[in-house]
Amino acid sequence: MDSILRTNLLSPIALAFALGIVARLIRSEFSLPKDIYAGISIYLLWALGLQGGIELHHAGFAGIAKPAAVTLLLGCVTPLTTYVVLRRLGGFGAADAAGIAAHYGSVSAVTFIAAQTFVKGMGTEAEGYMPTLLTLLESPGIHIALAIGAIQTGGKGRPTSEVLHEVLTARTMVLLVGGLIVGYLIGDRNWQVIEPFFNTKGAMFRGSLTIFMLEMGILAGARFADLKKVGPFLLAFGIVMPILHGALGVWLGTLAGLSAAGACVLGTMAASASYIAAPPAVRVTLPEANPTLYLTSALAITFPFNILFGIAIYYKIALALAPAAAALPATVVP
Amino acid sequence: MPTTTLKLVTIIAEPVLEATITHDLERLGASGWSITEGRGKGSRGLRASDIPGSNIRIETIVSEPVAEAILRHAAEAYFPNYSVIAYLETVQVARGDKYV
Repeated sequence: MDSILRTNLLSPIALAFALGIVARLIRSEFSLPKDIYAGISIYLLWALGLQGGIELHHAGFAGIAKPAAVTLLLGCVTPLTTYVVLRRLGGFGAADAAGIAAHYGSVSAVTFIAAQTFVKGMGTEAEGYMPTLLTLLESPGIHIALAIGAIQTGGKGRPTSEVLHEVLTARTMVLLVGGLIVGYLIGDRNWQVIEPFFNTKGAMFRGSLTIFMLEMGILAGARFADLKKVGPFLLAFGIVMPILHGALGVWLGTLAGLSAAGACVLGTMAASASYIAAPPAVRVTLPEANPTLYLTSALAITFPFNILFGIAIYYKIALALAPAAAALPATVVP
Repeated sequence: MPTTTLKLVTIIAEPVLEATITHDLERLGASGWSITEGRGKGSRGLRASDIPGSNIRIETIVSEPVAEAILRHAAEAYFPNYSVIAYLETVQVARGDKYV
């Protein structure tokens, strides 16, 4: 087997995820207590935000202008391509297509963290400001897709302003954006005090992520029974669409001057589908959209595909596209 | 102790509807409500539990006209696309003036 693929498949993250799926499939009573799951997700997001903030402090705002621009572009393009493919090729109704597009236009923070950890495992490192890009990609996709859905179906759901408020004030956004600001403000001396606890390369962070992935496996495994309900088109879509979006993300990231590791992480973000922020937003705004379709494709097809294979594929694309110099690990300019 | 005859409206719904329903209750004239979380299975299968979170049970004590307005609204706004159960009971309430 290809060595990059094997490295990813044999990583603690991928194996913990696989064990979670197996635990669910054999109907084990094991699951992470709800509060521990919530606690770990808060820790992971907060650490990511803080680390992103301190790296932003090092890189400066001018350094991220181009990557930020291509990230916003991706946030606008991915919901549109998803919607058009589902409507034209898949024959889906407007509500279902828009509901799924909201998931694929947004981003999965867990997949992002797994990609960050993967490139570190390959001995290279993505640009420190990647969490900033994650927050930029979180909401445009959901809103574009929901807007299309509301226009196409006559908009019987909740007002968009309420949904916008909900998405922008969700836990993920508060912790990531808040962490970025706090990390940016505290400076190096303060960071050193809390760094051993929050360092995303540290044992604490990676260990917590490994526990967290068990529960993510259980969540994904719980939806496997629905795979036969969604039909062959969505099954193929859940794998092919992320590869296309991933390749686009890697290519745009490379054009914007990201290192191969950074382009891989951006590609992974573009390829991933949200399954925490998007489902409630879609459920209240597009009630006619069938939740089984969007939850199963995002959580039971695309998410496992990205964790087990996708990230390694995007990394290979990034290596192939990278100019020789950019393939080297990113250096942080003090 | 003197009691007043009022209606107890119970709505069992998907968790995503909490904000929408409580907003509607207030608009239709309910002066308060209680919410508890629960689990279950119904005619829509497990669809209600598709989105992570526990189903909610909203209870409110109101006058008869308000109770009927709430049920009518639930039938129009929630029944077509969501997993929702709504019913009312007649109850004898102490300190009945608190609810109307």
